[in-house]
Amino acid sequence: MAVAAVIAFALLYLPLLAIAVSSFNAARYGVAWTGFTWDWYAQLLADERVREAAMNTLLLAVASTAISTVLGTLLALGIERTPWSRRGRSALDAITYLPVVSPDIILAACLVVAFGACRWLADSVGWSGAPFSRGLGMMIVGHVAFQVSFVALVVRARLAVIGSHLEEAARDLYASSWCFHRRILGPLLLPGIAAGAILAFTLSLDDFVVSFFAASPTSSTLPLVIYASLRRGLSPEMHALATVIFLGSVVLTAALAMLTRPRRDA
Amino acid sequence: MTERAGDPVLSHGRLGSRPRLMATGWLLIGGAIGLLLITLVIPTLLVVGLSFLERGENGEILLQATTGNIARLAGFGSFGWSADYLWILARSLWVAGVATSLSLCLAYPLAFLIAARTPRWRLVLLALVAIPFCTNLVVRTNGWMILLSGQLAPAHLAQAAGLIDAGRALYPGAWAVHLGMVSSLLPFAVLPLYTAVERLDHALIDAARDLYASPWRVFRHAVLPQTLPGLGAATALTFIPAIGMFVVPDLLGGSSYMLVGNLLQQQFFTSNDWPLGAAIASLLIALTFLGLFVVRRLQRNAR
Repeated sequence: MAVAAVIAFALLYLPLLAIAVSSFNAARYGVAWTGFTWDWYAQLLADERVREAAMNTLLLAVASTAISTVLGTLLALGIERTPWSRRGRSALDAITYLPVVSPDIILAACLVVAFGACRWLADSVGWSGAPFSRGLGMMIVGHVAFQVSFVALVVRARLAVIGSHLEEAARDLYASSWCFHRRILGPLLLPGIAAGAILAFTLSLDDFVVSFFAASPTSSTLPLVIYASLRRGLSPEMHALATVIFLGSVVLTAALAMLTRPRRDA
Repeated sequence: MTERAGDPVLSHGRLGSRPRLMATGWLLIGGAIGLLLITLVIPTLLVVGLSFLERGENGEILLQATTGNIARLAGFGSFGWSADYLWILARSLWVAGVATSLSLCLAYPLAFLIAARTPRWRLVLLALVAIPFCTNLVVRTNGWMILLSGQLAPAHLAQAAGLIDAGRALYPGAWAVHLGMVSSLLPFAVLPLYTAVERLDHALIDAARDLYASPWRVFRHAVLPQTLPGLGAATALTFIPAIGMFVVPDLLGGSSYMLVGNLLQQQFFTSNDWPLGAAIASLLIALTFLGLFVVRRLQRNAR
């Protein structure tokens, strides 16, 4: 048991360790250790292309997270608190879980085909197909499409924990709809919505394939920059960038773990 | 008692008519479901339809029905039969199968190890599994490219053993792809297995021990059957992303060890052959649904 655990954690963390170490290695070419340096991080800050990609990455993550948090929360509320028929509910469940279980490459192919079809439709009625070409807009739509399901999943779990007793009690005590949502459901649901938002943000940063399929040359994100550079070979500057992204993931995962930690009060 | 439209219904402590409640419901889910329909459900149907359409000279799509794309996937190209595509399909299934099995072999004991800790330690260990999971795959693959490069110990060992030429790296190649796949798929296996192990009914295990069952028989009859649905879920949840993997084979496998994900990407980009790309995507979609169906079956049988 311990052997399997050691191998598993080695497989998970050796590559991350290797990147972190290499990002401080003074060697310009190759990965053999020649000395300690901060140079690659300094270069990273000065790199115009990296700065632009960082802006794109953040813009994409923030915009898609904002949209998907709203849509996902409404979806969760709509599914949980409406008297759907059994078949209606299972159809909704199926559509909602589709992005969770599909390999990302299928989501990406579907997005490309959807935008292709929209372009074709726009062309055939004489409109400009430009809004449906590759770029940041298409990337945002693609990210929202998979984030929405995860947000709904997290918020639904929270709704299930809250249950309907409190609402029944509030209504019995003549709470208005506004009062109930503002004073009771809102505060109880907020940790769930926050966890959903952080998960959506993490997923956006974690994504490569959907962005890769939807990006235009001017809308590269940081993972796309690393990928393009890796295709040409290893570069210490990219190791520094990868280390920064890794640290970001650690912070986000920790925040997520704190928010979704099972609590006694709920 | 039959309910008529307009009759009041009690829902969440509040009286309302069913049509009104339904209208609110539709309003709430409208945005998200509309988006999913446009970006996922309808395109899935389009993809399946597209795989039966003809491709023009310059990559344009012709509204002409054909089964040519499936024939091309099976190797019947314009230059006679070649096994190239079939090899890629078979290799993808093989790599996904091997990577999934290895991930399960590592994740199963790990799930028990985590479940046996105190709650605080469980949280820490689960977070340790989740952190790489939440780190971009390109970053993690970059790490493997460093570890397997020609100047470090693993490559030196392989060079000394005569497995690779002096000065060469351990990638691109089959080994590197398998390693990268297991490393990236492991969390997919650990998380569902952990939920299954955590819910184990220990009374059954204690009963088996009281009845002097050997450790093997305790495992075989009291533990394994209880974790079977979890194993099924873990298998599907690992295999499905494995079969569509793109980054790992692209960076660690190179052109000589292409998988179906790379083939798909090629059709939508360099080759500009959407119908063939759609045929490949349809195959992946079918495999995904098959995987989900098997899990549903397993879980229903377990209940």
